Amino acid sequence: MRARVLVRPKAGILDPQGQAVERALPALGFEGVRNVHVGRLIELDVEDPARLPEMCERLLTNPLIEDYEIEQ
Amino acid sequence: MSSSTYSLDERHRQLGLTDEEYARILDRLGRAPNDVELAMLSLMWSEHCGYKHSRRLLRRLPKEGRHVLLGPGENAGAVDVGGGLAVAFKVESHNHPSAVEPFQGAATGVGGILRDVFAVGARPIAVLDSLRFGEPSVSERSRYLLDRAVAGIGHYGNSIGVPTVGGEIYFEPSYEQNCLVNAMCLGLAPHERLIRSAAAGPGNVVVLLGALTGRDGIGGASVLASAELGEGDEAKRPSVQIGDPFTEKKLLECCLELLDRDLLVSLQDLGAAGLTSAASEMAGGGGVGLTIDLCQIPLREADMEPFEIMVSESQERMLCVARPECVGALLDVCERWEVLATTIGCVTDGDSLQVLHRGNVVADVPVRVLIDDCPLYDLQPVPPSSDLYRASEAVLSGDESVADTLLALLRSSNLASRRPVFEQYDPIVQSRTVRRPDEADAAVLMLPNGSAIAVSIDGNGRRVACDPRRGAAEAVYECSANLACVGAEPLGLTNCLNFGNPEKSHVAWQLTEAVEGLAGACEALGVPVVGGNVSLYNEAPTGPIFPTPVVGMVGKLPNAARPGRMGFALTGDSIALVGPFEPSLVGSELAKLRGEAPVGELPAIDAGRIRIAHQAVRARVRSGAFRSAHDVAEGGVAATLAECCIAGGLGATVRLPEWLDPFGEAPGRGFIVSGPAEALAGFVVIGEVGGEALRVEGLLDLAVSELRDARDSGLAGWV
Amino acid sequence: MKFGVVRFPGSCDDIDALQAARRVGDAVLLWHTDHDLQGVDAVIVPGGFSYGDYLRAGAIARFAPVMAEVEEFARSGGLVLGICNGFQVLCEAGLLPGALLTNVSLKFVFRQVDVEVVRGLGPFTGACEAGERLSIPVKHTTGRFHAPDPELDRLEASGQVLLRYAPGHNPNGSLRDIAGVCNESGNVFGLMPHPEHAVDPLGGSVDGLKIFESMRADVEQHVLA
Repeated sequence: MRARVLVRPKAGILDPQGQAVERALPALGFEGVRNVHVGRLIELDVEDPARLPEMCERLLTNPLIEDYEIEQ
Repeated sequence: MSSSTYSLDERHRQLGLTDEEYARILDRLGRAPNDVELAMLSLMWSEHCGYKHSRRLLRRLPKEGRHVLLGPGENAGAVDVGGGLAVAFKVESHNHPSAVEPFQGAATGVGGILRDVFAVGARPIAVLDSLRFGEPSVSERSRYLLDRAVAGIGHYGNSIGVPTVGGEIYFEPSYEQNCLVNAMCLGLAPHERLIRSAAAGPGNVVVLLGALTGRDGIGGASVLASAELGEGDEAKRPSVQIGDPFTEKKLLECCLELLDRDLLVSLQDLGAAGLTSAASEMAGGGGVGLTIDLCQIPLREADMEPFEIMVSESQERMLCVARPECVGALLDVCERWEVLATTIGCVTDGDSLQVLHRGNVVADVPVRVLIDDCPLYDLQPVPPSSDLYRASEAVLSGDESVADTLLALLRSSNLASRRPVFEQYDPIVQSRTVRRPDEADAAVLMLPNGSAIAVSIDGNGRRVACDPRRGAAEAVYECSANLACVGAEPLGLTNCLNFGNPEKSHVAWQLTEAVEGLAGACEALGVPVVGGNVSLYNEAPTGPIFPTPVVGMVGKLPNAARPGRMGFALTGDSIALVGPFEPSLVGSELAKLRGEAPVGELPAIDAGRIRIAHQAVRARVRSGAFRSAHDVAEGGVAATLAECCIAGGLGATVRLPEWLDPFGEAPGRGFIVSGPAEALAGFVVIGEVGGEALRVEGLLDLAVSELRDARDSGLAGWV
Repeated sequence: MKFGVVRFPGSCDDIDALQAARRVGDAVLLWHTDHDLQGVDAVIVPGGFSYGDYLRAGAIARFAPVMAEVEEFARSGGLVLGICNGFQVLCEAGLLPGALLTNVSLKFVFRQVDVEVVRGLGPFTGACEAGERLSIPVKHTTGRFHAPDPELDRLEASGQVLLRYAPGHNPNGSLRDIAGVCNESGNVFGLMPHPEHAVDPLGGSVDGLKIFESMRADVEQHVLA
C-alpha cells in the first residue's frame, strides 16, 4: 500500500527556511500568513505498514531534530 | 514507423529547418527522411550543433601553437604545461536554458562543461563562470536570475568537488531579456591519458554510461538556441534539464579509472542533441559507422518514442567505444563506482548511423549527411546605420566631486565586490588553489612539480558594442594582462561568442568584426585558440544583446610559491603605472553611469607595446621586483588604486600625470604595480604605499575603510 | 602513525585529507564497502557530499558497510575525526551528540574563519593552547550545530566542546558558536571547519596541522605507554 511520511522540523528549532517563506509571501501580496514551517514528504509503497515507524526512526527522519506523521 | 500529425510540408519547419535546408536533405539523402531521421537531422543541422553561421568565420582564428596537444574540434582543447602534464579547457554557454530555469540551466551548464573536459581524459580541477544579467537595482527578474544562477553553479560545482576559482559578472540593460551563463572548466591529465572522441575499430562495442535516459530537454537547448526568445517561452519549459552532480561525480571517477586502465578506444559526452550528436560525432571523427539498438538503452520513462530517445538531453551520460575483450573489465569498474553501463551497439565499417528499435531499423542516415552536409552560411555583414543600443539611465550628472564619483563607481553593479557571489562557491577543494577570488587578477593553481597554472575569463560587451573589432581584441589583451599580474605566460585560449541574430546584417557585422579582433590579438600575442563555443540568437524584440565575446585564457608560471597578488603589500613601497596606457571615457563604466550610449572610438591598440608591457610585468612579478600588480580595467586608474588599497589593507599617496583621466579606460594596456623603489625606478612612478587612506593629489582623499564599505555595499542584498 | 581516510561515493575532500595526513604520518584510503580498516591508528571521515547529501547530509553514509568497523573501532577507543560531512555522518551514526542543520543564511558559505580552542588537551587539540585561535576555512550549507539546551549545558560542563567560532566568526548560526565537539570518552571528534585545508603555507594558514599533530602525539603516547 501507498504511504506518506510527513517530516517536519521539531518545534523550538530555528527554521530559517520557514522564516524565509513567511517573509516572502507578503511581498507577493499574501497577507495574514504566520507560523510557516518547511518540511519534507516521503512517499512509498510498503507491504508491511507496521514497520513504518521503525523506518522513520532509523533512516527516514533524524528524531533529534525532526517529528514525523504517517499517512496511509 | 511513427507518423507525424503535421503535413509533410510543415514537419521540417516545426523543427526549425528552412525549406531550402529540407530540400538539401532530400537531395543528400536521396529520399525523404522519416520522423526519427528528421528529428536527428533537425538537431544536427541546428545552429547550436551545426554552427551554420559561424563555422566559416571561426576558421579565421589561429589554432597552432607549440604547446597545443588538442585543438578545436575535440570535446576540449589541451595544452602541454610541462612535467608530462596537460591542461584541457573549454568554455561553453547555456544561455537559453538559464533564462527559462536559471538554477538548473546554470547547474547543467557546469555539468556539461565538466563532461567535455573529462571526456578528453582530464580530471576537472577548476571552474570559472562568466555571467550577464540586467540591472539588479531596477529589475526583480534580473535579481532572481542572478540569485538562482549563482546558486545553481555553486550547487553543481561544490557537490562534485571541483573548485570554482574565478569568474566575472556584468550587469547591463542589454541583457535584461537575454541573460548569459558561460561556464569554463580546466582539467589536468598526464599526456598519455588524453583521448580523442573518434570511434574506431569495426566490431568494437559501444557502451552508454551514466544516468537513465528520460525526456529532459527534448526540443530543448538546440532548438531554443536557433530562434529568438519571444512570447510563450513558457511552452518550451516542460522538458527542463535537471542536473545531478552526485551521479556525475561517480561517472567522472569511473571514466578516469577506465582511462587509467586503458580500457577505452574513445570517449564522448552526451550534450546538446544527446545520443544523436554524440554518436554522429564519434562516427564522423573516425570515418566509421555506428549501429545503436534503442531497446538496450535504460529509460526513465517506459513509453519513450525512438526519436525521443535519440534526442533526449538527459544529463550525466557518456558514450564510449571499447574492444570486445575489454568490456568485462569495463563493466566491473562501472559496477564498483555504481555507474550504470550498458552495451547499446557497435562500430561498423559502413558509413551510416543506424538506429534499431524492436528489431526494426528506425533510422539509417549516412554520417556525412548528419555532419558534413550541414549547410554553412556566409554572413552578410553590414555596419549598422544607426545606434543599436540606447543609453542607460544616468546615475551621475557629471557635477559630482572626483571622490563621490569614485565611490559611486565602486558601489556600481559592475565594480562592486562579488564576495556575496563567490562565498557561495568552494574555491579550495582538491588543495591546488594558491590564489583565491579577490586575491589576484587570475586564479592560480599549483601543479605537482612546483609550477602553477593561472586562468582568467574576461569580456566587456559594452566596449564591444562601441567597436566590435577593438573591443574583442581588448578581451584577449585583458586576459593576458590578468595572467601577467600573477606572473603567468599565456598558453592557450578558449572563447564563447554570445551574439544576436546573425541573419541580421548588423549582427553579422558585429560577429565578423569581433572575430577579426580576436584573431588579430591572438596572432599578436602568439596565443592559439584551442576551442570554444558560439551562442547566437540572443535577441529579444527590443534588439540584440551587446556583442559579447567571452575569452578564457590559461597560462603557466614556474614557481607556485611566487604567484603575484593584487593588493599593496608593504608600507613604503613605490607605486608605478606601467604600460602603453592611453585611456578614454568611451565605453567606460563612468560613461555608463553618466547615461551615455555605447558609441565612439575605443583607444588605439599598439600590439607590440602591449606585448612588451605584459612581458615586463610578468618577469618582475616572477622575480619579486613587483610585490603587487593589478591591471587597469573598469573604473580606470582611480578604481584600480582603490582596489589595490582594499585588497592590501593599506592606503597610498599618489599623484597622477596631468593628461591622465582618473576614470578613463583602456583594458589590457595599463597596470598599477608596487614594489621597492629601486625595482620601479625605470617606470612612471606615481606615489607610495602607506597610511589608511587613498590620497590622489588634487583629486581625492578617502579612507580605505570608506572605499571598502562602498565596494562591499554594491551587490549585498541582491544575492 | 597510520591514518585511514574513508571514501564514500560523493566524498570530495578525501584526497585533501589524505595529503594533509601524509604530512604527519602514513595514510590510506578506506573504500566504503570494505570491512577492513587496514590496521590504521586513526580514522578520518572526510568532507564532501556523500551520497549527494540525499535525505539528510550523512544519513545514508552512516549505514555504509565500512561504518560498522568504524563504530567498533570508536567503541574500543580508536581515534575518529569527522570533518564537515564526516561530522554529519558521525552525528547521524550516534557517535557524536547533536545534529547539523541548514545554515541560517540558507546558503552555502565559504569563508576563512577563526576558531578558538576551548581545551588544549586530548587527542585532537593536545598540540594547542586553551584560548588559541586557529584560522581554518569552512565550506558548507548544513553546518549549524544544534542540540537541546540541557544537552548543550552538559557538553560544555563535561569539556566536550573543543572548538568555538571566535566572536563575529560564526558562519552558520551554530548554537553557542560551537564549531567542534567530541564524545564523552574524547576519542571521537567532529568539526565543521576543514583543518586539511590549512596545512600548506602556499594556501595561507597552516593552523589545521595542529589537529593532525595532536592525533599523532596521542597515538605515539599510547604506543609508548
